[in-house]
Amino acid sequence: MAAVTDIHVENDEHVDHHPEGGWEGGKKKPFAVSYGKLMMWYFLLSDAFTFAGFLIAYGTLRISSPSWPVPDAVFATAPFGIHEMFPGGHAPLIFVTFMSFLLIISSGTMVRAVQEGARENKRGVVFWMLLTVLGGAGFLGCQAWEWNNLINVEHMTVTTNPFGTYTENGVYLDPATGEPTDEVVEAGTTYLLHKAGESHGEGYEGDHFTYPTEETDAPGYMVDKRGYIHRKYLVTGEDSYNTGKTMTQDFGPVAFGALFFGITGFHGFHVFTGVIFLLIILINAGSGVYAARKNGYEMVEKIGLYWHFVDLVWVFVFLVFYLL
Amino acid sequence: MADHLSYEESTKAVWKGLGLLAGVTLVEVVLSLLKAQDWAKDMGWLFGLLAILIIVLSIYKAYFIIYEFMHMSYEVKGLAMSVLLPTLLLLWGVIAFFWEGSAWKGNRELIQERNRMEVQTDPADPVGTVITDEDYIIG
Repeated sequence: MAAVTDIHVENDEHVDHHPEGGWEGGKKKPFAVSYGKLMMWYFLLSDAFTFAGFLIAYGTLRISSPSWPVPDAVFATAPFGIHEMFPGGHAPLIFVTFMSFLLIISSGTMVRAVQEGARENKRGVVFWMLLTVLGGAGFLGCQAWEWNNLINVEHMTVTTNPFGTYTENGVYLDPATGEPTDEVVEAGTTYLLHKAGESHGEGYEGDHFTYPTEETDAPGYMVDKRGYIHRKYLVTGEDSYNTGKTMTQDFGPVAFGALFFGITGFHGFHVFTGVIFLLIILINAGSGVYAARKNGYEMVEKIGLYWHFVDLVWVFVFLVFYLL
Repeated sequence: MADHLSYEESTKAVWKGLGLLAGVTLVEVVLSLLKAQDWAKDMGWLFGLLAILIIVLSIYKAYFIIYEFMHMSYEVKGLAMSVLLPTLLLLWGVIAFFWEGSAWKGNRELIQERNRMEVQTDPADPVGTVITDEDYIIG
């Protein structure tokens, strides 16, 4: 297998047998680069188009929606209750920034592994690739926590988006009496629909009312048949069509869950396969497979290209889901 | 490979590049949090400006990863162009689809507006406009 996958081994006798050029095209390399590296570049190009298709779909749906969940409000939790140490119990973007750093650092250690490979230093390659694997696995662990929190604590699914955003100013109605309170509803603010009877990751401040778990339509709130609590509020903003009307909190744009889980999931799957391939190549490098090829650990270079691409895609996923 | 650099120099360059990427990411996060502050809510231009700045910084990060970490700047020009030029097609994709997306939004708002017109019109008033069902059919 080795001779097939890594064609351009120096002084390959196979090449000498076919001076006119066999399957490997002789010693002349297009773009002065090996077949494997060139094909890795073209694979990454095609993969970039796949991701671009997903991200453009995301952008189109987001632009077409009257409101979109504000990332600072959606991604404001961190493991071990770290977000509790921040003002208001919100740690906006802190955890995902940490995840980004993990991926960036693992990209740096990957470059080091390639550099050590170029000077045929087996121990160096193994050491830096091991750190890269740890970075990738750490990222996956963080993503697992993030997904678990969204699914099991905040009750977001592929088809249900409990993160709604107000488009009007107003005041909440008291859940017990249905009378207007001085708790302000602000246009552009994102809220999370909690589930009745479940512990809340981050509850409303000063909200100690116990909601019934069965379907209810009270003057101050509504509990739907799946148990999501929708508070009611009075629109007080002057320029709104709904001024003076009582509104009920609604679910956010329905595509949000599918886009989030689909795109971060597809990226996470790339990270996962990257970690697997890194491990395979790490073991091969450690057992001397690439040292025998005497081609500057080109296989490490190729998986390096893939790994940097995973980091590159994260730059854009991070941009559109978390930063904007 | 970075043939023109010594081993020590290229090792140092990795950590410098790493610091650069981490620094740019940190700046992006700070800008992103800034634009979500309450006092920035009424300043649409600031929101747009910060958003554009964040996008430019992200594209710079992408450039740095491709050209330094993936060593594109050390490959021959033909390879770089054959990989990078096709991505220009995406520019058309972004413009066309985002244009379409905002048209959907416009249509939805138009429909909502017309639905409200019906509520405000008094059918008994002969001067008022009577809206028939056909008026709701948009695109």
